[in-house]
Amino acid sequence: MAYASTAHDAHDDHHDQPVKGFKRWLYATNHKDIGTMYLVFAMIMFFVGGFMAMLIRAELFKPGLQLMQPEFFNQMTTNHALVMIFGAVMPAFVGLANWMIPLQVGAPDMALPRMNNLSFWILPFAFTLLLGTFFVPGGMPAGGWTMYPPLILQTGAAFPMLIFAVHLMGASSIMGAINVIVTILNMRTPAMTLLKMPLFAWTWLITAYLLIAVMPVLAGAVTMLLTDHFFGTSFFNAAGGGDPLMFEHIFWFFGHPEVYIMILPAFGIISEILPTFSRKPLFGATSMIYAVASIAFLSFIVWGHHMFADGMPMAAQLFFMMSTMLIAVPTGVKVFNWTATMWRGSLSFEPPMLFAIGFLFMFSIGGFSGLMLAIVPADFQYQNSYFVVAHFHYVLVPGAIFGIMAAVYYWLPKWTGVMYSMTLAKWHFWLSTVFVNVLFFPQHFLGLAGMPRRIPDYAVQFADWNMVSSIGGFGFGLSQLLFAYLVIRCMRGEGKKATAAVWDGAMQHGLEWTLPSPPPYHSFTTPPDLPHQVHL
Amino acid sequence: MPRDCGRWWVDRILPKGFKIEMSMISKWFSRLALAQTALAAASAVAGTPSSLSPNTSNGYNLPLGVTELSQDIYHIHMEVFWICVAIAVVVFGAMIYSLVKFRKSQGAIPDTAMVHSTKVEIIWTIIPALILVVMAVPAAELILKMEDSRNSEVTIRVTAYQWKWQYQYTGAGEGVGYFSTLARESNFARRLGSGIDPNSVANYLLDVDHPLVIPSGKKVRLLLTSQDVIHAWWIPDFGAKRDAFPGFISELWILVHPGSEGIYRGQCAALCGRDHGFMPIVVDVRTPDGFDKWLAEQKAALKPAQTAQVLN
Repeated sequence: MAYASTAHDAHDDHHDQPVKGFKRWLYATNHKDIGTMYLVFAMIMFFVGGFMAMLIRAELFKPGLQLMQPEFFNQMTTNHALVMIFGAVMPAFVGLANWMIPLQVGAPDMALPRMNNLSFWILPFAFTLLLGTFFVPGGMPAGGWTMYPPLILQTGAAFPMLIFAVHLMGASSIMGAINVIVTILNMRTPAMTLLKMPLFAWTWLITAYLLIAVMPVLAGAVTMLLTDHFFGTSFFNAAGGGDPLMFEHIFWFFGHPEVYIMILPAFGIISEILPTFSRKPLFGATSMIYAVASIAFLSFIVWGHHMFADGMPMAAQLFFMMSTMLIAVPTGVKVFNWTATMWRGSLSFEPPMLFAIGFLFMFSIGGFSGLMLAIVPADFQYQNSYFVVAHFHYVLVPGAIFGIMAAVYYWLPKWTGVMYSMTLAKWHFWLSTVFVNVLFFPQHFLGLAGMPRRIPDYAVQFADWNMVSSIGGFGFGLSQLLFAYLVIRCMRGEGKKATAAVWDGAMQHGLEWTLPSPPPYHSFTTPPDLPHQVHL
Repeated sequence: MPRDCGRWWVDRILPKGFKIEMSMISKWFSRLALAQTALAAASAVAGTPSSLSPNTSNGYNLPLGVTELSQDIYHIHMEVFWICVAIAVVVFGAMIYSLVKFRKSQGAIPDTAMVHSTKVEIIWTIIPALILVVMAVPAAELILKMEDSRNSEVTIRVTAYQWKWQYQYTGAGEGVGYFSTLARESNFARRLGSGIDPNSVANYLLDVDHPLVIPSGKKVRLLLTSQDVIHAWWIPDFGAKRDAFPGFISELWILVHPGSEGIYRGQCAALCGRDHGFMPIVVDVRTPDGFDKWLAEQKAALKPAQTAQVLN
């Protein structure tokens, strides 16, 4: 609290308050405003992508085509993935980084506020371009989010729009990543050495390097698609000396680190929340950091496991199998450390903790199926089946998305200064948890029984589990309205006033809790000392 | 809603003083495993899968299949699955124990000194690494086996199109070739708003006009390529899946156990555009004699057809 009032007094008046009206948002340079915009944008995209998922599950409710043509179904699967990955999960993490990193490292704002503004405002244009393809001849892209040629080259007028939208998303991500790195490395309060930095900032630092490393690779891959389509090159065309398989290599060299880009910040969030509600420091904090770093390193040498059925050389199959299995080791260390954090703690089960515990269990299930998928011979059966769909949805929905929701429930009272309804938030957790399992668990069975992914219609023996899965899907989708309601209420300032520490047990776990709720417009104008009880 | 969500959930599921008996759990698991293997074996013995099922899967697990590779895959799949279950029991057990035992509402006092232990961290790095080695060794052996396509007795060229398959026999069957597309009945029923109940169509979406015919007991090699986009040839019962790339050839081999003759079904397994869901693969496995007879018939029928082609 002392820091906050010092910060307040030391600052010019005219900068203390945001300007009124649309200019506050359009010209925003404040990390909190930009963070809010990112999060609101991610929420909108979450519902857009979710709506597409509902259409997919509605069509798959029973065998036979009832609602849509196969082409439209393919458009929905493709854009559901693109919107959820680039529109919901990634912007949500950048939004959380914007809000929390300056607060956690004791900085007044992000290091590069104008670039911050640009990196956000690119996104609405990117997604207008992507979703605008709905209105062009040939409809939306339908070749899968992986954009494999030659299929993706059959896209109609949407093709260049897709490519440019991906370019824009990549540019936005790279700028966001640069901002995170510069802020963390240059604006940390001097008392905070790197190993004393909170885990969320750490995981984001590593994620940011991953983004800078792989986003240009994606941009290169889609640019090659563009020139293959319009300028007569043959990067991926065998008739001209190219190789469609090369696209898969380049894409997954981006794609696998991308998977970790979508989970590492969630690891950081869980590492913040579990100690708070266990009233105990994070177990093995330093090994947690090393584990994240080794996961990040390994993510660059495992891409081949997405392509085992392509007919890879045997040596490559063996290499990618071993390197992929190796990821289980640092991931295991993380899960064990989290468990040890709860061990002999004093646990209470507020909504952020519930989501964190849900993450622990269900992300682990996704981890187990991931281990199974790494086994090359078995992967020949799993590849491109619903087993894969179940696997990556387990790591992305109760993994990444639950991580994001845990973070929102954890920090929302800090951001808005008001508390949401605990009861409704717990309802949201339990409904989401039950339905997400009803939705995705049966998909393991479907895949093992032989149902390929990305098909709009299926043989009748897959009917039962598909119906169960669809019911889970509708339930999960509806439950998220509760989340939107709770967040909107807090944003409007409706609810009980929150204290500075918000959570009983939070005080020891980070600088953000030393500021009032909501924090001043410029977080820390003088570098704070670390209160001696602050540790990871 | 009770005040503390975590609490009622735990209370209801685990009675006070509940202890996990490992022997009980392992007994239960082995019983489950036995039942599963028996089920899969029973359907494999039956040879021809029932009309309800496209393969020997029991509807929620991999099929045991009818080739050596598919059965090896099934066993390695089950092995890894049970290892995962065992790990899950230990890890989830520790988590659940913490959730039950160390609750603030039960007056638990946090042990804030418990922050780090090099010893346990080394242990839980080494043990998983050893478990991985246990899994990797048989998997690597199986990869070597799968990649060995030498000494095949029948070679068939498989060409994928949007959205059908073409099969061309080589060697003794040179000249025999045909397209294989979705059966008419399924094709009518699958139209949007067709009004035909898929349940009334035999092998809905898994039936073709001309299935691929192969002999049992002989190593059959498929050379896969594509004429347009990437497709993938997949028969779960053979443990066989491989992508077909335009301009490149990938290969795959199948050796169906003698006595397992019958019809086996699968689907394209790589998104290939609008009708990706509607290009099934059906394989008719016959005895070597039956296959030779069939091939001879096809060759005999070939001559007039070729003449007709020339005339066209």
